[in-house]
Amino acid sequence: MDPMILSAVSGNVASIGYGLAAIGPGIGIGIIVGKTAEATARQPELRGQLQTTMFIGIAFTEILTLLAIVTGLLFN
Amino acid sequence: MRLIVIAVVLIVTCVIASRAKLVPGRAQSIVELLIEFVHGTIIQNTLGIREGRRFAPFLITIFFLILSMNLAGVVPGLNLAGTSVIGLPLLLALWTFVTYVVAGVKKHGFAGYLKHETMPPGVPKPIYLLLIPIEFLQVVLIRWASLTIRLLANMVAGHIMMVVFIGLTQGLLLSGTWLILGSPFTGALAIGIFGFEIFVAALQAFIFTMLAAVYIQMATSDEH
Repeated sequence: MDPMILSAVSGNVASIGYGLAAIGPGIGIGIIVGKTAEATARQPELRGQLQTTMFIGIAFTEILTLLAIVTGLLFN
Repeated sequence: MRLIVIAVVLIVTCVIASRAKLVPGRAQSIVELLIEFVHGTIIQNTLGIREGRRFAPFLITIFFLILSMNLAGVVPGLNLAGTSVIGLPLLLALWTFVTYVVAGVKKHGFAGYLKHETMPPGVPKPIYLLLIPIEFLQVVLIRWASLTIRLLANMVAGHIMMVVFIGLTQGLLLSGTWLILGSPFTGALAIGIFGFEIFVAALQAFIFTMLAAVYIQMATSDEH
């Protein structure tokens, strides 16, 4: 690869890694919230329970991105 | 700084509790609203009424502590959320860990608890070779570690975000070139970030308490 490009990237690898790590959980959280909205539209009386499940799902998905922040700080 | 927050919370709740009346005043009704929220939304939805009564003090304590510590991050003068230093989230997560393990062992016995958590029924036999180490690791390490990291990373990220935007505003204001025109926008964004941080503070307190309740429920649930 062109050495100029490599040197341009080298100062900022951690933030690139964070950007990559944010893709998957971003899609995941979008799916979770979208499905919850669908389910709420079908059965509005279950709204509370669905929201609870939604937040648990978001918490499990979100931890992947947060791990990226922590690894970025750890391995700098 | 954390001592200040703890002192404020203790004094406020003590004063409110000692003056508790049948018809609540403004301050009392706010606290009652929060407790009702934790009790109704989190505890009864996950643990049920009977089990929930045993763990309600633990969960409500955790909720109030995390909420007040998080909100300290947006108070001018305090500025740093108590939970954005690793000690407090780690302590709370370990407390949760001990609570659910003890509750599970009390309910099922030691071997029974391990079997209950690591060997979900209805799985073909060979898969247990894979499943048992993963589930065991999850019970022993991943649950409390992820509780710690979730709370800590959220609060640290929020703090850094506020610092970046306020610093950017100041930098643009003092730049002395046409960049000054950009400073009102970044200033407005910084104030917006404050609002977002208040939302995140409440959300993280909610999620931490909720996950603690779910873990306890997983540990103490009957065989299915």
